[in-house]
Amino acid sequence: MRLEAPAQTVTFSFDGRKLQGVPGEPVAAALLANDIRLVARSFKYHRPRGVMSAGSEEQNALVTVGRGAQAEPNVRATTLEVSEGLEVFSQNAWPSLRYDMMAVNDLAAPFLGAGFYYKTFMWPRSFWEKLYEPVIRRAAGLGALSGKANEDTYEKAFAFCDVLVIGAGPSGLMAALTAARAGADVILADEDTAMGGRLLRESEKIDGQPAVDWVHNVLAELGAMNNVRLMTRTSVTGAYDQGTYAALETVTGDTAKGKPLNCFWRITAKHAVLCAGALERPIAFPNNDRPGVMMASAVRAYLNRWGVAPGKAVTIFCNNDDAHRTARDLHAAGIKVAALIDSRDDAKIDGDFPIYTGAQVIQTKGRHGLSGITISHNGGTRDIQTDCLAMSGGWNPTVHLTCHMNGRPTWREDIASFVPTPDSVPGMVTAGACNGSFSTADCLAEGAAVAADLARGLGLKPKVTVPVADDAAYAVTPLWAVPGKGRMWIDFQNDVHVKDIKLAAQENFRSVEHMKRYTTQGMAPDQGKSSNVVALAVLADATGRGIPETGTTTFRPPYVPVPIAAMGAGSQGKGFAPERFTTSHKATVARAAPMIEAGLWYRPSYFPQAGETHWQQSCDREVGFVRNAVGVCDVSTLGKIDIQGPDAGALLDFVYTNMFSTLKTGRVRYGLMLREDGHVLDDGTTARLAEDHFVMTTTTAAAGLVMRHLEFVLQALRPDLNANVISVTEQWAQFAVAGPKARDLLNAVLDQPLDEATWPFMACGEVDVAGVKGRLFRISFSGEHAYEVAVPARYGESLFRMLTAQAEVMGGGPYGMEALNVLRIEKGFITHAEIHGRTTAFDIGMGRMISAKKDCIGKSAAARPGLVGDERQQLVGLKSKGADNVLMAGAHLFETDAAETRVNSKGYTTSVCYSPTLDTHLALGFLEDGRARHGDVIKLRDHLRDITEEVEVCDPVFFDPTGGRARG
Amino acid sequence: MGYSGFRVIKEGLFGQKGWKPVWRDPEPKAEYDAIVIGGGGHGLATAFYLAKEHGLTNIAVLEKGYIGGGNVGRNTTIVRANYFLPGNSEFYSHSLKMWEGMEQELNYNVMHSQRGLINLFHSDGQRDAFARRGNAMINQGDDAVLLDRDGVRELLPYLDFDNGRFPIYGGLYHPRGGSARHDAVAWGYARGADQRGVDIIQNCEVTGIDIEGGVVKGVQTTRGAIKAKKVGIVVAGRSGQVAAMAGMRLPIESHVLQAFVSEGLKPVIDHVVSFGMGHFYISQSDKGGLVFGGDIDFYASYAARGNLPMKEHVMDAAMTLMPMIGKARVLRSWGGIMDMTPDGSPIIDKTPTEGLFIDCGWCYGGFKAVPASGFSFAHLMATGNHHDAAAKFRLDRFRSGVGLLDEEGTGSQHNLH
Amino acid sequence: MRITCPNCGERDRREFYYQGDALALSRPASDAGPEAWDDYLHNRDNPAGDTRDLWFHEAGCGAWLVVERNTVTHAVHKATLAEKVKR
Repeated sequence: MRLEAPAQTVTFSFDGRKLQGVPGEPVAAALLANDIRLVARSFKYHRPRGVMSAGSEEQNALVTVGRGAQAEPNVRATTLEVSEGLEVFSQNAWPSLRYDMMAVNDLAAPFLGAGFYYKTFMWPRSFWEKLYEPVIRRAAGLGALSGKANEDTYEKAFAFCDVLVIGAGPSGLMAALTAARAGADVILADEDTAMGGRLLRESEKIDGQPAVDWVHNVLAELGAMNNVRLMTRTSVTGAYDQGTYAALETVTGDTAKGKPLNCFWRITAKHAVLCAGALERPIAFPNNDRPGVMMASAVRAYLNRWGVAPGKAVTIFCNNDDAHRTARDLHAAGIKVAALIDSRDDAKIDGDFPIYTGAQVIQTKGRHGLSGITISHNGGTRDIQTDCLAMSGGWNPTVHLTCHMNGRPTWREDIASFVPTPDSVPGMVTAGACNGSFSTADCLAEGAAVAADLARGLGLKPKVTVPVADDAAYAVTPLWAVPGKGRMWIDFQNDVHVKDIKLAAQENFRSVEHMKRYTTQGMAPDQGKSSNVVALAVLADATGRGIPETGTTTFRPPYVPVPIAAMGAGSQGKGFAPERFTTSHKATVARAAPMIEAGLWYRPSYFPQAGETHWQQSCDREVGFVRNAVGVCDVSTLGKIDIQGPDAGALLDFVYTNMFSTLKTGRVRYGLMLREDGHVLDDGTTARLAEDHFVMTTTTAAAGLVMRHLEFVLQALRPDLNANVISVTEQWAQFAVAGPKARDLLNAVLDQPLDEATWPFMACGEVDVAGVKGRLFRISFSGEHAYEVAVPARYGESLFRMLTAQAEVMGGGPYGMEALNVLRIEKGFITHAEIHGRTTAFDIGMGRMISAKKDCIGKSAAARPGLVGDERQQLVGLKSKGADNVLMAGAHLFETDAAETRVNSKGYTTSVCYSPTLDTHLALGFLEDGRARHGDVIKLRDHLRDITEEVEVCDPVFFDPTGGRARG
Repeated sequence: MGYSGFRVIKEGLFGQKGWKPVWRDPEPKAEYDAIVIGGGGHGLATAFYLAKEHGLTNIAVLEKGYIGGGNVGRNTTIVRANYFLPGNSEFYSHSLKMWEGMEQELNYNVMHSQRGLINLFHSDGQRDAFARRGNAMINQGDDAVLLDRDGVRELLPYLDFDNGRFPIYGGLYHPRGGSARHDAVAWGYARGADQRGVDIIQNCEVTGIDIEGGVVKGVQTTRGAIKAKKVGIVVAGRSGQVAAMAGMRLPIESHVLQAFVSEGLKPVIDHVVSFGMGHFYISQSDKGGLVFGGDIDFYASYAARGNLPMKEHVMDAAMTLMPMIGKARVLRSWGGIMDMTPDGSPIIDKTPTEGLFIDCGWCYGGFKAVPASGFSFAHLMATGNHHDAAAKFRLDRFRSGVGLLDEEGTGSQHNLH
Repeated sequence: MRITCPNCGERDRREFYYQGDALALSRPASDAGPEAWDDYLHNRDNPAGDTRDLWFHEAGCGAWLVVERNTVTHAVHKATLAEKVKR
């Protein structure tokens, strides 16, 4: 019911029913204004539930918003803002909210106590997955995801400040004002749609004026300062190391025009002031969960801030003075106060409404909405008609963020609450209600005082002026649970009641952590914000311990749930990782080559030609022209590291197993690199361009790793070496030109022709490529007469076009990764398929490349007994019986007569191909004592693809074993 | 007291008054035949099998906090047997078989759910590596199916098959893989051990290990000295500190691994999905929460909490892989302390001290190992011999290089796993 | 988590690569024997408290750092350039 007709309304819907609301008010307020009390069903027993709170801590009123891919489940109706056309749906009810079949669970409740599922559903065994679990899964859960890909926009951002003030209630506003006036860079963040916190909800005065006016003036002053950033709708969700805080902002604006729904902030603050306020806690009395039973402060919030009365005849049940305001405010607004019930005998209350002290609510009635209560008073009972019960069991300071770095709160007996333990989060101080200081006057003073301290620490000169405000002391006498007939709910969201907690204690789940995990109390979407303290008080009572001794569970981030799309903003689709493109990318795509990922790079798989319908046809053709004419391949993705300095050779000697300091200028050498644990790290060629200048080539996959490794060796292990390394992978475009006509092709683009005498195998040097200074390396990964030619990256695309055009004239063309792979397998050259991290130099037949003349990384560990020896699986070639006998990578190797079991597995295949050159299928693989077994026939078995082949073990170099083609 | 549906109904009718403590809280005795240090999943399972398989009932589990408070109570609950290196293969295969009988063995519903695990791959090279793994699983007698892209689409239609950064080539499907209710495993073993006479002693921190002449004699605790002929250290997350009490330095660094759970949602993810390229894995609990995680935070830590970069990385991976997940909200994140060994595989072995044994180094894979670890560690403690299934988890493999178990191929040195 | 790089000032953790215990600086001689190498490569004090470990400012200046910090509180006390650390 609204107190006054609103000036402006919009239409929204709830479960299809069109309703009027005021733009910007919470949906919960609009529902209450429309006298809708049943808004949700509970998690386990599907009990009817209504709005309970007026904030993000809401336990009951969870709804789904929107449709299709934009549907968002589990939204708190208490924070969701009403807007035109907004569609809101109830959830976890079928077929309808009012007639929910699953409410049958409530009838079976006597059998479904805490942890009942651990004790049953075990027979017969197969029924768990077939019957019990599917039924349980379908019944569980709250809202539903649409299953459709996200279509909305989300953002992430960084921010930095001197002082982050969390919460813009009285203490937060004073803290921000004091720090900002002193000149500090301030961020003030508050989860609400407007700043002011509790002051927006109460009928209080500050400096003689209505508190809301004071708030308005403070915000105007802060808003005019350029050292202040005000962030409404921004919940600080987590506290992390070295003053890093996470915050979730709900962005306002037109999402259809690309505005994000949320922004996830990473805020770095020299200091933080936590002014998060306090949360009111419920009282566990029988059937205290009916729609219409609310928190006393929430009733005031709806009344004072939104002009909505949640009931026509309201009762208040409390154990503290603060809740008396609810009765006074309602009365002043002309709403009937049916009764104020205070459990304390000595409570002092004035008011022109029925007052019961020393009384308790012992029963409620009304299935879909509260219709009346029964109280015990003066030894008797009394029934009271009421449609809204405002309860207050006292206040819990919002200590959550102070616990995010494993801090534990401290129990304060006088206010029967936990308060933050100082220095729980380095750099964070607390002020106001979250610190256990509840009066407005105390909040203002504390906020100003802590901010002034921080400002002084920053070398500023703050002035402190604190306005005059209400300083009524907070008086509370604990009342956790009221015994009676019926269940006394504690965790409304997970349907945990007093008896569940007592049962946990009875079964020796006495640790508060055990109780939580056994009963699920505190594990629901509100993470026990309302229920934790009541629950552990009941547990303390059941186990005969005090509350401090019982302890608390741990509050962990986030303070409010954060959409995965917000924390993962920007990563949907391709945004997850950078994409790297070679200079030939455009020209390659223009040739319709399918691109595949190579690490972060894209490389062509093959270059299809008209008439080719299968990649194998293209691949075979490309292999053919490399073997018979000439092919061109972009190899720019391989890591290129420039190494300079007088000790460059010594550095290479230390990181490679073999010698490089002896390499002549103008020559290239293959090198093998180990990890310090003795296994192969990477391989590649390194060229000596000058006495003190080398260029190292790494594999594409290991480029970053090797660069880091070289820096580690230089800075951490050998700072004595005078050498520098830098990655030049992106500075040079490099192309392999391979095949018998490779020299002819290059001579068509080089300014000076090549000849065998000056450019023998493994030569390198500078060349002029169509007038551009480039580099040439006579190296081969195909086994053919081949070169790699490099030019500064800006010329890469033109050179690729020149080379491929010329190659085509000569009967060749560009080749892709498929052909490259076939060419290298035919030659037995290894890639990371073979050097997969568990391989030693011994395994790949390069044990003798570990020079005896010097130390190198990995040398000592490689000498361990386990890293060499006949029982190790060694690199071999495997030949199938012919073109029809396909081999599979990842198959295992067995003796021909052995059963295909783990103990009989002698090895496995790593790389396979069809070799058009040899017209058979080839594989590289590892086989126990493999080098001694060339010529043997063994069995290859691939269970997954049901392939069994007999294969001949051979040397891994299938083609041109003497290497004459590369040298010729 | 036996648990059954009948019993649940009977107690429901009589106000649940008949349920007894699931385990007792005895005072520690002055002496036991054997002591297990650590009341986590592995420690409780060890005690259970010492009692059940070896008749050792005069034993105690000493736990410094509450039982099940370590990694058994803070993991992402995945149970699988998809290893490929001999040593790991047979162990996890054995463990999965034990999971399949756990409810009946413990008379406790741990909700082991074999809903199937799919490891996605995104290149030919990854497919080949997973094929080797799948074939090894079948060699071992376990199950594996190599799915192509369409096969994955049939099981997981909600993945982004069109726009993801790393296209989905296929997946290795392990139908017997799945999940379980983690706390229940600890409680079930505790109950079973307690019923067989094992003393489970909570809030009892071991402060020293008494060794005389190279032979273990007992332990010092915050609740007094306790003698024992045999002592087993099973304290993942604190292994280094407890081993140091016996003068040992372990090949372990402690790292924090974060995990996440969403608010409760109606069933949407019916399998366990693992996205190796993004270090991301996810399943949905029976309560409806999406349970997921990523890689370790990558710095030595005992803080049991992590930082934002890894959290964001996990969400990033979720969004590129399954963009339908965007509107699910992270409800809670936490951290566990991982015993990271150089090669990523565990240690179950004797120590240089006679009568002192150690079970540690489970990295981030300890949950699925609980039954077989307890079983084989109990075997080792009781008989002095390694059980066949866990014979390769030797402490000296790093020094000798013999039998390194580097499943990921990232190296048998620290901080590469 | 933030680390103050001696070259660049205070930077976010995401700019750094982590390597592990700073004992990696004290590489044994190749003939130091299996025990020394086992200790170097594998065995760790792994302290719950103050530690020294190696970080690489990979997305920054490229310096390897020895960082003194606490593994329980995550407090970072000091960072020094690895090449300047006495060994």
